[in-house]
Amino acid sequence: MHTVDLSLNAELTKVEGAAMLDVQIRGGKVQSCKFGITESKRFYTQAIRGKPYRGVPALLARICGTCSNAHLICSIEACEHALGIVPTPQSMAMKKLTMAGLNIRDHALHLYLFALPDMWGKDNFLSFDENDPEQHQILHDAFDIKAAGNKLSIVIAGRSVHAINPMVGGFLNVPTKEQVEDLIHTLEHVRPAVLRTIDRFAKCDFRFDRKTHFMALVANPFNYLDGHIISDQGDYISETEYRDHLEHVVIPYSQASGYSFKGKSYMVGALARLNLSKDTLNAKTKASIPTVLTRFPSTNIYDNNLAQAIELLHCVDESIEILQATKFKKEPLVTPAHPSGTGIGVVEAPRGTLYHKVTIGPDGMVVEGDIIVPTGQNQINIEQDMARLVEELLPKDPTADQIQHEIEKLIRAYDPCMSCASHFLKLKLSGVQLRSA
Amino acid sequence: MPDTPVQTPQKKLRVGWFTFSCCEDSTVIFTELMNERWELWKKLFDFRHARVLQSNNVMDQMDVAFIEGALNTPSHVAKAKEIRKLATMVVAIGACACTGLPSTQRNTFNAEQQAAIKPLVEKFDFLPKGQKLAEAITVDAMVPGCPMDEKKFLAIIDLALKKFGIVA
Repeated sequence: MHTVDLSLNAELTKVEGAAMLDVQIRGGKVQSCKFGITESKRFYTQAIRGKPYRGVPALLARICGTCSNAHLICSIEACEHALGIVPTPQSMAMKKLTMAGLNIRDHALHLYLFALPDMWGKDNFLSFDENDPEQHQILHDAFDIKAAGNKLSIVIAGRSVHAINPMVGGFLNVPTKEQVEDLIHTLEHVRPAVLRTIDRFAKCDFRFDRKTHFMALVANPFNYLDGHIISDQGDYISETEYRDHLEHVVIPYSQASGYSFKGKSYMVGALARLNLSKDTLNAKTKASIPTVLTRFPSTNIYDNNLAQAIELLHCVDESIEILQATKFKKEPLVTPAHPSGTGIGVVEAPRGTLYHKVTIGPDGMVVEGDIIVPTGQNQINIEQDMARLVEELLPKDPTADQIQHEIEKLIRAYDPCMSCASHFLKLKLSGVQLRSA
Repeated sequence: MPDTPVQTPQKKLRVGWFTFSCCEDSTVIFTELMNERWELWKKLFDFRHARVLQSNNVMDQMDVAFIEGALNTPSHVAKAKEIRKLATMVVAIGACACTGLPSTQRNTFNAEQQAAIKPLVEKFDFLPKGQKLAEAITVDAMVPGCPMDEKKFLAIIDLALKKFGIVA
């Protein structure tokens, strides 16, 4: 094994946000591997202090563009719990539709624009060839599915990013009968494209098996708003007790906080959800893909992509059923049962469990808040996996570009969201001489 | 001489899409606008640098650089200046680039809040105050909104396509 130092810097692309990776190699062994989120902090938990609670969910949605509606719904839930507000059944249905629209739009963006080019050896999704029948279908499927999720979000929540209809206590607007019929038609029309998506990712032969723990907010039937926090170790935790179980891990080189559970790293996201609760998926979804579902529980990190594809179908089927079953009518916002209190909101965002905690004072102003995001929870796992991946690659005499590509491919499977900031994965390799490309 | 004229390649608009301190909401809107326009944009745009779309990015001459986000560190400012040198037209995208907020909300914190964030501000080498884009470089056009105003963005695209002779 060569011992010449080598370092290189490169961008981490086709992800949300920025990160750096610093790998130290000695004698063919990875001595240290640091994965740090370099996104600049914007201090949202400080910014909400002293602000009226009614404006806080909209502000906290600005934490993340792509998951903004998850932050919005989670913050609304925290405020509602703090003030003793019980959402109406219609409000819950609209929250579920908002989360479904978000997941369809966001998963399709990740699967097609970020992950699929790796499977086809392409750099850019737009470089797929329209004149090739299969690639032509892929291009159209991607944008059709994204557009369907976008439309569902706009009609139900007012916007697909930083939605304006959901408020503490209910929704400001409801869809018309014509809009509902059009949405159902759009979702039914896109369902075959979603089934083709599942087939594409089920055929993917990428593998990176690792033992880890999985956690998710699990409900029966499957949804992104209700239930208990469950782990593969048999833990069953109520939403209000979450903070007693997650340990904050300071990662000195990262602008994001890491978390461990019982001293061990764990994974959240679509793979965790499917591993822990595939039996609670929509009945039509399960009936359509019985063979694919036997892949779960899975320890292959790349199956997070397949799990997201399956969730696309669940969100389409579930949304059609909700839209068909709901007679939408305008409702007044539910008023608080008491003026102050502390509330916790927990939702399953596209990338995993999202926690918001808020304390509201008697004057209606926020005293303090706390937020734990999915990528913070996956950060330690990602770091450990990078180290193992590089170790496994070294005997194959890789080029620096190949190491970079394989690392990015695996990171993309986690679908991290570092959206606050950075735009760069600084890959610094030292201690080994790599051959030239 | 061939009987039929040789088709010249379509001239494309050389585009850069950059993000600094923000939530990338306008990037998401950009990818959603693509749902209805990808076939056209594929023909008209040459993405020189767009981290969200591709791995092979180059920092070279661009007709238009779209810049999203506020500037919170000296390295942000240096990168913005580098982009300015390479781009004929710079467009500030979204509220954080146009006004600084909410990504520079630390500028508005009271003394207690400033004290609470001070260790992190120092540790990660933040500027004393966050900046909107125009505080660091000359901006030729702005698309405000949080996320960006879609109609104004599409109008800027039309303007740029004509200005650089991509369409008549």
